[in-house]
This record gives sequence, structure tokens and C-alpha cells, in this order.
Amino acid sequence: MRLVGTSAPRAEGEAKLTGRARYVDDLPLTDFLWGLTVRSTIPYGRILSVDFDAGADWSGVTIVTAKDVPGKNVVVLLEQDQPILAADRVMHREEPIVLLAHRDRDRLWELASRVRIEYERWEPVLDIDASLALEQRLFKDDNVFKAIRIDKGDVEAAFARAARVFERTYETGLQEQAYIENQGMVATWDAAAGRLEVVGSMQCPYYVLKGLCPIMGLAPEKVVVEQAATGGAFGGKEDYPTILAAHASLLSYKSGKTVKMIYDRVEDLVATTKRHPCRTRIRTALDASGSILAMDVDATMDGGAYCTLSPVVLSRGTIHAGGPYNFENIRVESRVVATNTPPNGAFRGFGAPQTIFAMERHMDNLARELGRAPHELREEYLLRPGQTTAFSQNVGDDVYALDIQREAVARTRFEERRRECEEFNRSSRWERRGIGLATFLHGAGFTGNGEVVLDSRLKVDVTADGFVQIYSANTEMGQGKDTTFSQIAADSMGLPMARVRIITPNTARVPNSGPTVASRTAMVVGYLVQEACGAVRKALEAHAGRTWRDPDDFASLAAAHHRERGALEGWSRYEPPPGKVWDDKVYRGAAYGAYAWACYVAAVRVRLDTLEVTVESFDAFQEVGRVLNPVIAEGQIEGGVVQGIGYALCEEVKMRDGVMANANFTNYIIPTFADVPEVKVHFAERPYPFGPFGAKGIGELPMDGPGPALASALTHALGVEVNRIPATPEHLLELLGNE
Amino acid sequence: MRARLAGFSLERPGTLDEALGMLAASKERLTLLAGGTDLYVYLNAGVARPGRWLDLWGLDELRGIHEVGDHVVLGALTTYTELRASELIRGALPLLAQAAATVGAVAIQNRGTLGGNIANGSPAGDSLPPLLAYDAEIGLRSARGRRFVPFDRFYTGYRASVAAPDELIEQIRIPLGAGSSSRACRFVKVGTRAAQAISKVVAAFVLGRAGDGTVDHCRAAFGSVAPTPVRLRRLEQHVIGKRIDPALIRTSSDVLLSEIAPIDDIRSTARYRRFVARTAWQRFMEEVPGL
Ligand SMILES: Cc1cc2nc3c(=O)[nH]c(=O)nc-3n(C[C@H](O)[C@H](O)[C@H](O)COP(=O)(O)OP(=O)(O)OC[C@H]3O[C@@H](n4cnc5c(N)ncnc54)[C@H](O)[C@@H]3O)c2cc1C
Repeated sequence: MRLVGTSAPRAEGEAKLTGRARYVDDLPLTDFLWGLTVRSTIPYGRILSVDFDAGADWSGVTIVTAKDVPGKNVVVLLEQDQPILAADRVMHREEPIVLLAHRDRDRLWELASRVRIEYERWEPVLDIDASLALEQRLFKDDNVFKAIRIDKGDVEAAFARAARVFERTYETGLQEQAYIENQGMVATWDAAAGRLEVVGSMQCPYYVLKGLCPIMGLAPEKVVVEQAATGGAFGGKEDYPTILAAHASLLSYKSGKTVKMIYDRVEDLVATTKRHPCRTRIRTALDASGSILAMDVDATMDGGAYCTLSPVVLSRGTIHAGGPYNFENIRVESRVVATNTPPNGAFRGFGAPQTIFAMERHMDNLARELGRAPHELREEYLLRPGQTTAFSQNVGDDVYALDIQREAVARTRFEERRRECEEFNRSSRWERRGIGLATFLHGAGFTGNGEVVLDSRLKVDVTADGFVQIYSANTEMGQGKDTTFSQIAADSMGLPMARVRIITPNTARVPNSGPTVASRTAMVVGYLVQEACGAVRKALEAHAGRTWRDPDDFASLAAAHHRERGALEGWSRYEPPPGKVWDDKVYRGAAYGAYAWACYVAAVRVRLDTLEVTVESFDAFQEVGRVLNPVIAEGQIEGGVVQGIGYALCEEVKMRDGVMANANFTNYIIPTFADVPEVKVHFAERPYPFGPFGAKGIGELPMDGPGPALASALTHALGVEVNRIPATPEHLLELLGNE
Repeated sequence: MRARLAGFSLERPGTLDEALGMLAASKERLTLLAGGTDLYVYLNAGVARPGRWLDLWGLDELRGIHEVGDHVVLGALTTYTELRASELIRGALPLLAQAAATVGAVAIQNRGTLGGNIANGSPAGDSLPPLLAYDAEIGLRSARGRRFVPFDRFYTGYRASVAAPDELIEQIRIPLGAGSSSRACRFVKVGTRAAQAISKVVAAFVLGRAGDGTVDHCRAAFGSVAPTPVRLRRLEQHVIGKRIDPALIRTSSDVLLSEIAPIDDIRSTARYRRFVARTAWQRFMEEVPGL
């Protein structure tokens, strides 16, 4: 039976439903200490002194400061600007300064309040404008972690001959990943063996390994990192777990005991990474007939106090800024700047939702300005086969923008419903309705040559009793990867899923198949699963001189191979699709191997007495190559849309003096089921030759569309441009301007 | 949990008298635990007051919804679930049942109590405007005896009340006619989302008219627009004796705005709260049946 394309049940579902799955907080430990972090209480300044209140009982407490770091006090990422513990200067609120560990968890918070840190306060830089104005120099000479420029055609010449210029500015806010399981890590330093073992909640075990070695001063062979069952991540467990792992390791190194650190929700919210806020200004040159001559896009993101992954986030944001359009002339200039706020980081979509919001809102506003329907204006500019993107990639035949938008418009009766809303709005005393759409693409996998640099490898072996085992560093975090990998392997081997096992990601046992990010797992690594299975299959068939009839037959052939030839394993290694060239210097060429294409349609009802918004319907249309597992794929889209509805309407991180002031789920408002309609998911499938069974990445896609589609619907309903999200009732009131 | 539990002790009195005795005998202020839906949040955040806690949950004397003479009497431990389910409340005091239905979600409604909502004293407490609009009285009890305090004189400031350290809330007493079906009424909650939401503005209105159409009874109570839940007496006075027409809706809205003092906080803005308070009142007045 073919499993790919069916809704095979979740491979790890039973363990999670029955409580057998072990999250880091569930791991049975004996003789261990709890760890806690003492953090900065000012956004910027010099540390003058750290004292331990003599009135408190410090017996049995392990204390770690920057002085105790055995290796280099630095979080090695793209830059080396971030210390693992602040030593003399703090760059943001909630920066780790002191670590405490004690057997009794109950005592830690009180002890933390007895650590007295004196500062010399400096005037902090808390937003993009202050950073660009160089009120303080936080990073190099210009506070810019990274700047990028994309150029296509001749933008200057087009503006010179423009009949008029249409300009708007768009803003998106911080967003919290809001995974269910807070960050947590357990570290054990074995002094006798000189070996460090870390287990925890994470997306990327090899990132944690790479980050730990320089801090602990250990060679990679001396460090083992294992993923525990992970309760959601959304990018929030891409880079941050390295920091927590290092903290637990430092405490374990000093105490000689296993150390467990689990953040509570407040600490997780104030201290860990969030989505980058972004401000994008778009200028459009129009000719006398209203045709677009050129687009000039300028985007600035707030990276927070340290560089972390910001340049890569900016890169994806910049590349997606031009949308699924063929503009003859377009320039995108972007930068990510330093501020004295906790570093922002990876979050589903990774920069793209911000710039897609801007471009889609802009196309909508342009349509309004020109008196055209939103889908009509877009139609004119949507990429056709053979046309080129903003970054000059000829999309060839791999383009589905027009088809997906037409399907969405037809099947949602978009034009008719627009008129119905307008009719309704003429007669209703207390309500307004509106409908809007967003059309977009999302590139899967690492950008440009990133996948080549990652050089992912994956192993499959077959046990003597006939089980296929997949060895990859890619993590299950709720997205269904264990299941889709099992389906791919089962179909590649002609076996049922029960014959496939997933080996727990542990850096001592699995090869580095790259991080679990960037919608790359199913598409890029899934293809490696298929290829490694192919290699094993060939080897076994060659040895047996035939293929197998059924699982039992397979088991006997495998047993024979083990007896006669030894172990049976197959490897695969990433190869770029042929003919894809990317030039990182000028940001041109094949930015991604493949794109998913989508058009999302949202309808809203707004109460005029409260400006509360009800999402009446949500339709998500997308072309994704091949759906590996419909229930999982729909789940990804539905969940992403709900996260996107939160981003668009209610999720607002309220920063006060450089720290999140609403750091709990009472006041950081994510949607509940009562806030979302049934999300209708529609897939189109055009198999992609370099994805497993034709699949492309979809994980981040649904994060892109809800923001602009909902803001468009709100604009339609209220008659004022909604160019900032979250569009809370308070913000809508500001826009409408009535008291 | 950020609280250090070693600093807390929990005691379970078997009867109300025993509880009152413990309150009377204690020199330190005891913390009364009802459903725990506020207190446990404080424990988790590390802001609960350490010391002796008295668990009231087992005291059946503090439960029940009864008609006593011309009053409805509610025990302090009455839960939101009980309020929603009670025929008496749904018929005679519908705003209270409606408010109960908007609190938290089912689990919170099963544990959270009316007495806890009152004693916790958050200006955003959802049951509080209906209690004000229904002229509720709070029955306080101590070893010294029982006294009733009109609810609109219960709070003395932000989260502060007239209750003495040895007193607990025993019951809430509401005149039967307060929610008469001949009167128009409305409960309005504007929260941060459709469920599991704290109110940004919460209001309860009751309005009666004489045979000639003039207003002869009016209660307008709001939460989250001042340090305590408030009855807008000037607004009430303004509409009494008048006929509802566009001019009255306009002038009364102005009075309303002059009588509230909302603030900017992490949940909303003063501007939005003023806007919503006014539109809630306007819409209620416009939609009074038979207008
Ligand atoms: C997830 C969640 C959602 C919530 N949603 C809402 C909401 O939508 N609307 C809303 O208004 N509230 C909400 N709350 C707050 C809370 O549920 C209510 O305030 C509830 O009524 C408190 O009652 P309780 O019995 O649980 O009080 P407890 O937590 O037991 O006590 C609260 C306070 O009252 C005191 N107290 C309790 N009983 C008495 C008594 N008989 N005499 C004197 N003092 C007493 C306690 O000492 C304490 O100070 C929510 C809470 C949570 C956790």
C-alpha cells in the first residue's frame, strides 16, 4: 500500500496521548540540582558590582558568573558579540549575569532576590529610530548588523519618468512563539570522563553542540546533545536552547552534579527571542494610466541587543519583499539594527511575514487608489512562466501564482462577496463587514547556497530482524516529521510504517542532516530519507538477487544480509538541484530550490461600538508540490493561520523600558478557538522533482498570508487603510479618529 | 512556582464558627482561600502573601442560592457554574448569569466564586457591575456578628474594602425586584479576546420607564474605568424623569464621560475605554425595547 498521500496516524501520537513521551521536565533524574538565572534589571549600562546578601543562607548553592566560564565567554553564531553571561556591561533587560543552582527548587527565587547587582545606568536605545539616529553606538560604527540591497531594472530612471509616486509605510510588531512547552534543559558534566551530556527541548541538536564547545572549551567528541520530546518551537528553539544548554552546563561543570533548568512562562516570555519588528516604506512609480513603473522598498528590522540570527532573518525578509510579482524595476534596501532590547530571533516565516505584509498591503492600497479591485491589479503583475522575481530568478515553469489566485477568487466568490459586504455596510448601524486577500510565495529550504554549505547527510540502516531505522538530526516538535519521514521510508522500501523506526536525535548517534528550520525538513531532508532508502534497497536487492514480497520476506533477506555481509546501511548527502545559481554578493539568482504559492482570503465583521473583529471565514489556497499526509499538512496550515490571525489582530508585545510588560498569557493575547473560524484549507499539487515524492516545504507558508489578508479585509470594512499589525481595537480607534 | 511554599500553611476549618474563631484569635492577618483561581495565580507569580491560609471551600454554610423574603441570598462560595445554572438567577437576575458565563472558561467557572471576585476587588471583576446595578448588599460575618454593607460602599479604594481583618464575606443579598423583567437591562463585557479574557471595560445597565415613557429607574455600573467598580450616579440622575430620545442619549453620554476616569495600562488605553464606555451606553439606550 502506498502511504505517501494518506493520513497515516502520527508515529509518536500514542506516546504523547498516553503520557509515555518524555519531555525534558519528565526525565527521571537522581541527585540533581535545579538551576536559575539572575538577570539584568536595566536595559543598558555597566555592572559595577555583584554581591551576595550576607543575610541569606548560601550553603549548598552553586554560583556561576562570567569568571567561571572555562572556555570563551561568547555565543558563537554569525557574530561573536554576545556573551553567555554578562561580565562588565549589560546590553538589554533580562540579560543573564549570575547562575544559581540548589537542590531545593523552592529556595531559588528567593536566593535570586538576594543577589545584589549595582549598575551605572546608560541611556538605552529602545527603538529603530533611536538606533538609526546613533543615540548610542551599540554595534560597530552604525548599529547595523546587516544591510542588503536588491536591484532589478533601472529604478531611478523609472521614477524620473513617473507621472506620480504612491508611498506608504507599513509596520509589524514583535510576536511570541508561544510554544506550549517552555524552554528546558538538563546537563550532566562527567568530570572523570571529561564528557558533557545535554538533553532538552530543542530544534537543532547540532547547533547546541556547536555552541557549547567553545564556551565549555571542549572538543566536539566530548559533548553529546540529545533532543527530548519537544512541545512546540516555531523557531523559538532554534538558537535560544544553546544559551540555556550552556547555562545548565556551566552549573553542572562547577557543581559536579546534573543540573536541570526549566523556565517558567514569565521568564520564557521576557528572556527568549521573538519575531523581529519591521517597518517598511514602499514607493511606487506610476505612469499616467496607473501602470506600475517601479517599486522602491525600504525595510528596517529591530534585531535587539545582539546579532544572533538577524542577518539571515533579514535576508529571507528581503528576498520575499518583492512578493510573487514581476516588476520590471524594483529595488529593495533593508537593514537590521541594534537596540537595547532582548535579541529577536527565529520565528516561523523568518522575516518573510513582515515584508510580505508590506507588499501585499501596498498592492491593496494601490488598487484602492487606482479604483481597481484588489485581485485585478495583482493579476496584471503576478509572475508568469519565464518571468523573473525581484531578485532576478527566472521562475521557468515553476510558477503557480496566477492559477492559485484565480482559483481562490473563483471558489470564495470573492467579487460577489465584496459587493455583498459593501451593500451590508450601507445599511448597518453597528457593524461593518469586509473581505480581503493576500497572494504570496514562500521559498523552502536554506537561502541561496545555504543548503550546499549545510552539506546535510543522513543514514538509514536495516536491523537483522527487518526494521528500517532513520538516523537524522531533524527533530519532531509537534509538526509531524516522525510520521512523514516514516511514510517516505515505508513507501521507498515497500514496507508498512510499523517497520520503520526513527532514531532519537542524539549527536553521538545521528549524522548532521541540518537544522529543523526553514520548511526544509520534509522537502530537503525527506528527499535524503528517500535517497538513503533507495541506497539500502539497492544493496539488499543486489545481495538477494531479487526484491521482497512482503515484510516477513524482507526480514529474512535482511537477516541473510547481516549473516553473510554484515550490517546493512545506506547514506545520502545533499546535492543541489541542477542549474540553480545564486550570487550572494548582488543577491541575484535562484534564492530557493522551490517555492510554494498561495492565496489566502479572509472575511471579517467589525462591531462599531467596540471595534472588536470577528473573522467570519478564512480560506487558504496553496500549491505545495505534493501533500505527504493530508491531516498533518492541513494541521500545519490551520495552526499557522491561527498563529497568523493572532499576529494580525491581537498578539502585541508591550515593551516598557526595554522589557515585555505583558509577560503572561493573561495579557499577551493569543487567539483561542472562540476567536477563529473554521480554516478551510485547499491544496493544489504539482510535484517538485527534487522533493520526496514531489513535496515542497509548507511549514512557514501559513504565517505569511493572514496578516495582509486580514488587514485588507479590515480596510475594506472600515474604509481606512490598516497598515500596521496587530490591528487591535485600540489601534483601529486611532485610525478612525473618533472619541 | 515562584512562591516558596515553606512559608505557607493551610488550615481547614470544619464549620463556619470554627473559621470565625480562627479569624478572631489570630494576630496576623489570615488569607481566606475560596476557589483559589486568583490566589493560585499569585502563588505561581511569587506575589502571594506568605503565612496562614484558611481554606473555606468545605464550608457548606457559605453555599447556596435562596429566595429569602423579598431578597435573593447567595452564599459567598457560589460558583459561576452555579450562577449560570440557577433558574432563580437566570429569571430574576439575568445580568449575573450572563456575567458568569463570560468568566474565564469552564474550569474557572467551576472553581471561581462570587465572594472571591468581590474580595479580590479587581476593578475588572465581571460579576461586580451587575451586583452594583442590582443594589446588592454584602453580608460580612465575624465572631462579633453579621453586618450588611451596600455594595457601592464596600470598596474604599483600589483593592481596598471596609471588611475588617476578622471578617469574611458570608453572603450577597439582592432585592428580588432589582432585575424585574419590566425593566430593560444589559450586560456588556469588552474583553481582550472572545473567551478567557479579562475585561477592558465591563458594564451593567438597568432601566425602567413609567407609563408615560419617562425613565423612573436607572442603574449604570462600570468596571475597568476607575480604581474600583463604579455606579455612575450623575448619569443615572440625568436620565431620571426624562424621555429617551437622541438628545438625551447625547447629553447623557457627555455626563457619562465626565464621570469616569479610565487609565492606560497593559490591557488597553484610556481613550479606548472611554470610547467603549460611551458606545456601550449609547447602543443600550438606542436599543431599549419599545422605543
Ligand atoms: C484563567 C483565569 C481566567 C479568569 N477569568 C476571569 C474573568 O473572565 N472575569 C473575572 O472577573 N475574573 C476572572 N478570573 C479571576 C477569578 O477567577 C475570579 O476573580 C474569581 O471569582 C475568584 O474567586 P475564587 O473563589 O477563585 O477566589 P480565591 O482565589 O480563592 O480568592 C480571591 C480573593 O478573595 C478572598 N476571598 C475569597 N473568598 C472570600 C470570602 N468568602 N470572604 C473574604 N475574602 C474572600 C481571598 O482571600 C483572595 O484575596 C480568572 C482567573 C483565571 C485563573
